Amino acid sequence: MKDRAEIILWAGHRLSALLLAPLVLIHLATMIIAIQGGLSAEEVLSRTKGSVLWAGFYGVFVVAASVHGAIGLRTVVQEKLAWRGGSLDFATAAVCAGLIYLGLRAVAGVVT
Amino acid sequence: MGRRDSVNDTLEVSIWRGGDDGRFQAYRVPRRECPTVLDVVTWVQRNVAPTLAYRFACRVGMCGSCAMTINGRPRWTCRTHVSKVARGGKLRIGPLSNLPVIRDLACDMTPFFEKWQAAKGRFVPAEPGRSGFAPISPASPRRQEIDAAIECINCGVCYAACDVVADNPDYLGPAALNRAWTLVEDERDGGNRERLAAIARAGGCGSCHTNQRCTALCPVGLNPTASIAGLKRTVLGALLRGAL
Repeated sequence: MKDRAEIILWAGHRLSALLLAPLVLIHLATMIIAIQGGLSAEEVLSRTKGSVLWAGFYGVFVVAASVHGAIGLRTVVQEKLAWRGGSLDFATAAVCAGLIYLGLRAVAGVVT
Repeated sequence: MGRRDSVNDTLEVSIWRGGDDGRFQAYRVPRRECPTVLDVVTWVQRNVAPTLAYRFACRVGMCGSCAMTINGRPRWTCRTHVSKVARGGKLRIGPLSNLPVIRDLACDMTPFFEKWQAAKGRFVPAEPGRSGFAPISPASPRRQEIDAAIECINCGVCYAACDVVADNPDYLGPAALNRAWTLVEDERDGGNRERLAAIARAGGCGSCHTNQRCTALCPVGLNPTASIAGLKRTVLGALLRGAL
């Protein structure tokens, strides 16, 4: 399993990127439409509160971005700081968990 | 043209002397017509520094033995004209990067060859007892995939050029992975189970960042990045099929 661990992380990084590409474009379009449309905070929240669609969209976004960012961070740190091994794996897993927690909290904030 | 350069014209050449902890030493070399960097190194060794260690063989751009770092880039010295690289009459010549230095301009290629083996870049016959040739059509898609890649002469320029090799001691490097790809696509080879596992490990094809410095600098005009992309596709497919 350890032999496959690296390629599984690599695959997870690329597959999460595949997912993030359309999500990011939709997110950018949404932001532009909301801001240019002059929506107020109350108007935005009235659309997101109780919405399964927005919860699902941004929930998936948060998980994909957290996984993608943490795996990428691990590689950059390994190469530039020469830090590798179990301690780095633990640290980047903690970063991933932290991003998922903070991200889903933010999603909950606009959906509930 | 027929014009001889003035005898007073000199090149200021810095050449690495010593081992890994050595230093650049300056030499003045008379400028001649159309010299290559190998000509310059040879002149220094013959006229000024008889103990200068360097490698060359064919001196006509076929063997890859004379690869060195010229003004920061790995090149074949016999195929590099001084006029193309000397900025303001200055040249800096060092051994290939990312490899231990034996002495002066000669580096130790052992880690390069060890990674070739670690990538399982070695033919494993699928039919060991077979008599007669296994026919491979030149038009077959898999043969076409590796048509350029099999021309690699393992000169080490791509390995020296690669930033990931510099940063990641585990990384097998473009040449070893390119060689592995030529065997992955060789229909006569039966060693892909072990080979794919070898190039999927830490330091395998997943470590390539597609910087493409290998492709930009390969003196034979090969594309190791494309070979590594092929390995990535193959490994991902095997992973998703549960065959890895």
